[in-house]
Amino acid sequence: MSESLTCDVVVVGAGVVGAAAALYAARAGLDAVVVDRGPVAGGTTGAGEGNLLVSDKEPGPELELALLSARLWADLAREGLGRAVEYEAKGGVVVAGTDRALAGLEKLAAEQRAAGVEAVPVPPDRLTDLEPYLTPGLAGGVHYPQDAQVMPALAAAHLLRASKARVLTGREVTGVLRGPDGAVCGVRTDRGDLHAPAVVNAAGTWGGEVAARAGVSLPVLPRRGFVLVTEPLPPRIRHKVYAADYVADVASDSAALQTSPVVEGTPAGPVLIGASRERVGFDRSLSLPALRALAAGATGLFPFLAGVRAMRTYAGFRPYLPDHLPAIGADPRAPGLFHACGHEGAGIGLATGTGHLIAQVLAGRTPDLDLGPFRPDRFTEEAE
Amino acid sequence: MRTDLAVIGAGPAGLAAALAASARGVRVALVDAATQPGGQFYRQPAAALGAGRPEALHHRWRTWERLRDGLAASAVRALTDHHVWSVERTPDGFTVHALLGPDQQEPAEVHARAVLLATGGYEQVLPFPGWTLPGVVTAGGAQAMLKGALVVPGRRAVVAGTGPLLLPVATGLAAAGVEVAALVESAAPRRLARHAPALAGKLTEGAGHAARLLRHRVPVLTRHTVVRAHGDDGLTGVTVAALDAQGRVRPGTERHLPCDTLATGHGMLPHTDLAESLGCRLDGLTVAVDPEQRTNVPGVWAAGEATGIGGAALALAEGHIAGCSAAAHLHDTAPAPEPSVVHLHDTAPAPGPSVIHLHDTAPAPGPSVVYPPGTAPAPEPSVVHPPGTAPGPEPAAHPPGTVLGPAPAALKARTRLARSAAALESAYAPPVHWPEQITDDTVICRCEEVTAGAVREALDLGAGDERTVKLLSRAGMGWCQGRMCGTAVAALAGCAPTPAKRPFARPVPLGVLARQHPQEGQS
Repeated sequence: MSESLTCDVVVVGAGVVGAAAALYAARAGLDAVVVDRGPVAGGTTGAGEGNLLVSDKEPGPELELALLSARLWADLAREGLGRAVEYEAKGGVVVAGTDRALAGLEKLAAEQRAAGVEAVPVPPDRLTDLEPYLTPGLAGGVHYPQDAQVMPALAAAHLLRASKARVLTGREVTGVLRGPDGAVCGVRTDRGDLHAPAVVNAAGTWGGEVAARAGVSLPVLPRRGFVLVTEPLPPRIRHKVYAADYVADVASDSAALQTSPVVEGTPAGPVLIGASRERVGFDRSLSLPALRALAAGATGLFPFLAGVRAMRTYAGFRPYLPDHLPAIGADPRAPGLFHACGHEGAGIGLATGTGHLIAQVLAGRTPDLDLGPFRPDRFTEEAE
Repeated sequence: MRTDLAVIGAGPAGLAAALAASARGVRVALVDAATQPGGQFYRQPAAALGAGRPEALHHRWRTWERLRDGLAASAVRALTDHHVWSVERTPDGFTVHALLGPDQQEPAEVHARAVLLATGGYEQVLPFPGWTLPGVVTAGGAQAMLKGALVVPGRRAVVAGTGPLLLPVATGLAAAGVEVAALVESAAPRRLARHAPALAGKLTEGAGHAARLLRHRVPVLTRHTVVRAHGDDGLTGVTVAALDAQGRVRPGTERHLPCDTLATGHGMLPHTDLAESLGCRLDGLTVAVDPEQRTNVPGVWAAGEATGIGGAALALAEGHIAGCSAAAHLHDTAPAPEPSVVHLHDTAPAPGPSVIHLHDTAPAPGPSVVYPPGTAPAPEPSVVHPPGTAPGPEPAAHPPGTVLGPAPAALKARTRLARSAAALESAYAPPVHWPEQITDDTVICRCEEVTAGAVREALDLGAGDERTVKLLSRAGMGWCQGRMCGTAVAALAGCAPTPAKRPFARPVPLGVLARQHPQEGQS
């Protein structure tokens, strides 16, 4: 079963980021091979909600990446992938329960507007125009029309298909090949070598391991999240709706359980309730406290959900780096190695921008965004 | 409520376990979703139906009577109508979370020091073209209609699939007045013959069913399969065909059998959701247990079909052993890790009734009975009566230190029955090439109406296992959470079925979860 291949770029990871990297690399004229130890979307992608959010990001490099990605997702949808990946430009509604939370939210929204985000304040008496089933008595909210949604596994699969890249699933990368000059020249897998002058590490939560196989360190850590899925319902929740506390949670360094409900309907009917965040390693075991908190948050926003049944729940592991920014770009410690991982809970949303930027770097072009903040070796310097 | 031992499931394993533990002085809550104990095997007609002779539907009636009477005389708290959705580990034991039936909106909790999972199994049905037509029922469903509702599903039936359940279903339908056009079994008779030594008891016992089939003139077609069910609004007939040695349909052997009912089943799968989310180790698709029926999670025992499909008699023996072990550990008098007959005789001579009663194994059929080996082994073999279920005085609670071990008969029976269960499982495997018969328009996942074509498309998109097929096709995302389609999806994907992760053993209202959340400020 051993097979040796030669191509322009090997992408390690058949999740949504690897798929986007393959797609934009192919569009840049590169012959890409995607390799994954599991199936397509078998890791964090398959456990994601499919959030394409600009609303939850503070101004800075991540928001710039999110805005670029949002444009690219919309382009892909227009090109005909929209239906296949269940793209919905539904918009987000962030609500605040208290005047204090609302003040914080409106301050953030003002900063976001300055950075190019559409963020429309919504007075409390207009909230039900957007979301008729919202709980009464909220202090107010902000409408973010640019927030959107895809079905993550379908997104990964259809981006891969559109890339026409060869996809080798069930094949584990056991080593990264380095030439006599130290440059990366491919990967070794459990079923043969893949030769290429460029290797993209899009291994998500396992990105640190792949980096280690190339002899470099990348401190990707898992952060567990649970998603609750309800029985199928007629459409009642139109946007991505969440409480303003969520923004604080994303930026938090606390290892304690933090939850805030992101509630949204799906084209298939079930309502998704997500965003628990715990640092507990790769522990998949059920945490009823996390699910109770999600349920309490969701029913707090939408009281009608109290009578709706949760059918299932699943855990995923967000890959995060210590400064909560992904690693994107060339690794100077291993010429030929490129990283595209560590997107934490935003990987689906940021996938298109990441793939686009990686392809620009691979093709020797100047990337649309400054990749300085995403440099993969930024943690090494700190350690030294 | 608080108790020492929560037994989940009131079928044969759970009943035997609850009685054994209770007889040894342990406070037991027996938690079950149905309105009365008994499980599927001892399913009882609803009282309102006023069944005159319910025993006519059960050939293990005396065992049931002993279990039922034993339960009534015991201190076991039988909690019926409790639909368990999760078992949670707590600092001092476990909390069993249930919803009260039939609405399943109101929660109930049982706090216990130990848990015994007797969650049973569920029927596996492999899809084929036409299997979603009205008139196609599962074999177990047909049996449940007979036992629980005293109704027959139709007038002319075909019973098809594979596994020992088909025989009593065919004979039960025939006895209830249904014309059984054929019993279609895909297994080859010689596969059973190969296991004859291990199946000795079952083959003899199966003769009873064979005799009944003959009496009702039910034709038996072995190494045959239903390739398609026909009808527009309802079933009008099935096409059956012979299988070759590789399990492929033999071209030219198809024939049409008119019928209004098809009862079909392909064996059983264990219910392992609660065990899996408790972190219990699974061995393939079944809960792994040690000789005392303990799982690897301290305080959690498992018995019956959840630990391997083996029928009611094996479940009774395992339940008894598990109940004894749980009692001993709850009394802090752990028996030897491997309970042995010698040890038990030394410490506690088993009370009188610990004998194996072999019912219905009388070699009644004389030489005139034609009984092709392989067509007839029964799913309900000889029954063990562990103490507590058999007639006679059951010793009352014992002071700590003298907890009785399991009856030697139960230990012996478990060994013997587990061997024949393994032989049956091997003999009744569905034909290897059955997925080839599934046309693209055949619905695989009925909850989400996902066809085989959509599953194949998901595979083409890069899915490689049940989980990614589910993600890319929605097969298995619906109400049954893949219980019905899991095997078929795995087969189409060309991989071995794996236990699905179902953290909720059944759907739970968000309001129930939310009310359990500590109020803000307390968390």
